Amino acid sequence: MDYLNYLRQDKMPHIWCDGCGHGIILKSILRVVDQLGWEKNNIALVSGIGCSGRTPGYVDFNTLHTTHGRAISFATGLKLANPKLHVIVVSGDGDATAIGGNHFIHAARRNLDINLIVFNNNIYGMTGGQCSPTTKTTKKATTTPYGNPDSAFDISKLAEAAGASYVARSTTYHVAKLDKYIKDSFLTKGFSVVEAYSSCPTSYGKMNKETGKTGLQMLMYQKDNTVPLQKAQKMTQAQLEGKFITGVFVEKDKPDYTENYAKVIQTAKQQ
Amino acid sequence: MKKNYNVIVNQKWCKSCEICVAICPKKVFDMDNFYAAANRPEDCIGCLLCEKLCPDFAIEVRLKTEKEK
Repeated sequence: MDYLNYLRQDKMPHIWCDGCGHGIILKSILRVVDQLGWEKNNIALVSGIGCSGRTPGYVDFNTLHTTHGRAISFATGLKLANPKLHVIVVSGDGDATAIGGNHFIHAARRNLDINLIVFNNNIYGMTGGQCSPTTKTTKKATTTPYGNPDSAFDISKLAEAAGASYVARSTTYHVAKLDKYIKDSFLTKGFSVVEAYSSCPTSYGKMNKETGKTGLQMLMYQKDNTVPLQKAQKMTQAQLEGKFITGVFVEKDKPDYTENYAKVIQTAKQQ
Repeated sequence: MKKNYNVIVNQKWCKSCEICVAICPKKVFDMDNFYAAANRPEDCIGCLLCEKLCPDFAIEVRLKTEKEK
């Protein structure tokens, strides 16, 4: 396929570091859009702040680069004003679960028909490698040089508990699965979350040697440490330490917010 | 019949992460002056791993047309 058709080529090459996984996820999104045959004018790509926040700058859709953590709030307005638009939100792990944590869980609760793709690299890459809510316990960051004392958020479980219609997780190494999950999430009615494990060699790899220092080593680390969900259910907690569990967590059909809101409008008009 | 592919590397966008060099099952790529270069495109089997895993949109793999053969 021709990626260049979907890119603003005058803005390329992008600012992401060498070996950063974000470009792989963006490619996956573009491939799915190409497969589904969506018109570029019918898509809105919304982002917050951070490395993932740069994504809308490079793609030739309707794009919106918003304030930190508020990507989903802006997307809510967009979706309600124009329900026919395919609204895709790209967000980093810090953007989605720390600064925009409330927006994230409440969008899932309301089941807004928005596709959220979380670029999870376990760190705040752009601002200098601070520890984020998904940095695992004992892992290092510039703000936790002796190891992180906190527990990490599991974004997929959080979305599942908050009531999203579709939740899946893959890594940047497993692109075929990532494509499939993104495609399914785009076709699902209601709030869908795809958590894509990305790699940050510059900030995370530098501090945590076991994952490898370069983008390639981090990609191979994902390859060696990924466990599918079905297999993970038979394993003990100790065996799953440090593993990436991938698969589809939730897939259900339930009425989305725009549908329910249309009903409210109808009821109000009748009275 | 063996299929032939064109492997095009846009060196202006390449950031020399070397993912393509390591991931290619047929070792089509080499590093050439810090940037990836497709030195053995005739070995390419068209698995598209390099294209999909290149984070910088720098690699394009395309089936050769009748004219190019």
